[in-house]
Amino acid sequence: MPASLRVLRRRIRSSRNIAQITKAQETVATSRISKAQARVENSRPYVAEFTNVLTQASKAAATDHPLLVPREEIRRVGVLVVTSDRGLCGGYNANTLRLANKRLAEITAAGHEPMLFVVGRKGRDFFRFRGRDIAQSWTGFSELPQYENAVSVADSLAAAFLAGGDQTIEAPAEDEDPAVVAPEEVQGLTGVDELHVVYTAFATMLSQTPEARQVAPLSLEELGDPSDAEDSGDASSSQDAPSSQDAEYDFEPEADQLFDVLLPKYLRTRVFAAFLDAAASESAARRRAMKAATDNANDLIDDLTREANQARQAQITQEISEIVGGADALATAGE
Amino acid sequence: MAEMQVDLVAVERKVWSGTAEFVFARTSVGEIGILPRHEPLIAQLVDAGMVRIDPSDGESVRVAVFGGFLSMDGEKLTILAEEAELGDQIDVSAAQQDRDRADTDDAAGRAAKARAEARLAAAGQAAE
Repeated sequence: MPASLRVLRRRIRSSRNIAQITKAQETVATSRISKAQARVENSRPYVAEFTNVLTQASKAAATDHPLLVPREEIRRVGVLVVTSDRGLCGGYNANTLRLANKRLAEITAAGHEPMLFVVGRKGRDFFRFRGRDIAQSWTGFSELPQYENAVSVADSLAAAFLAGGDQTIEAPAEDEDPAVVAPEEVQGLTGVDELHVVYTAFATMLSQTPEARQVAPLSLEELGDPSDAEDSGDASSSQDAPSSQDAEYDFEPEADQLFDVLLPKYLRTRVFAAFLDAAASESAARRRAMKAATDNANDLIDDLTREANQARQAQITQEISEIVGGADALATAGE
Repeated sequence: MAEMQVDLVAVERKVWSGTAEFVFARTSVGEIGILPRHEPLIAQLVDAGMVRIDPSDGESVRVAVFGGFLSMDGEKLTILAEEAELGDQIDVSAAQQDRDRADTDDAAGRAAKARAEARLAAAGQAAE
């Protein structure tokens, strides 16, 4: 005899509850994607223009500002890992963290010391559980990042980068007005010579891939990446650019001073863009995972319902045969 | 008259784009007026300031620009801002309140006042 009817009914009920929850998650994620996707699209012109301007400026300016020129000796490398706060999004975090671990291993293998910055509860818990030192972590905004969030994150990175790998990050002196104020959490830590960001790039609804990118110092290889510059949707402007590439630029204020101001702005831009991409990817991953879960739950409900019907029929058949058998027995006994 | 392409881009959106004959802005060093074929220039704008764009056709556009800088490459002017508000979208009374309420004794208050004044200037209200 198949599993008892009561047990089957209970399993159907719980599967139905699960399907309801995953369906709701899927709906929420679906509505978030289109918004997040629009934000990614809207923020692209800024990133593209900024990168464009910096490329031109770095060609024109005879400066060895740390943003543009790699430091001679790399001692410490900062890595920002962008993950989500909540689970229920399939392999999203696992993929990002796997790439982050790979990048960390590469840094260690090259003889540099990694310094870890983490966004999102999942990433923080992952590294904390494995006993990694986290320089600073931020949580609570992975799904709907605001520019202020990027500012607070990027300022920590900028402070670390400006301090360099051989000095500690210090609070600014009273009379100074630096471009970046080091947040208290990172004060007293040693700075870094390079900055990388690991996040999930949002390509399309169906494809999001984790990426690790160096953001400071600017790598020319990255600037040459046409997908960055031409995604702005402004074809005419990107075609105009090469003609004036060799122009002599004026800087106001002086180039070094200007780059001091642009560096934190640039990092904020890159971090914000990474957040937006990650948020869109997270919603897309969640939608996909939740859709699969809902489908599975519905399949399960169908199977269980079939089994339950069989069990019900079997029970009825048995009852009938028991009654018939009983009646027969009585009839035989009466004769 | 000569024209140049002007793009005013904020972090989350493109605020204004078109051709213009003249752009006025305030940099960290001083005021600047940019005409087409201005020499290539990258300049930091004041933290909170008003930018005026005179388009090829139509009326001047005033924009409150926060934490921005501009880049002129000879043919194309790009203004990049962390935040920007078009003058005709600014809530004047809210900005006036902000300006009057701002406490000029500390740095945060002065910054708030500067922001409010930039918004008023962009909205076409004289900021004294």
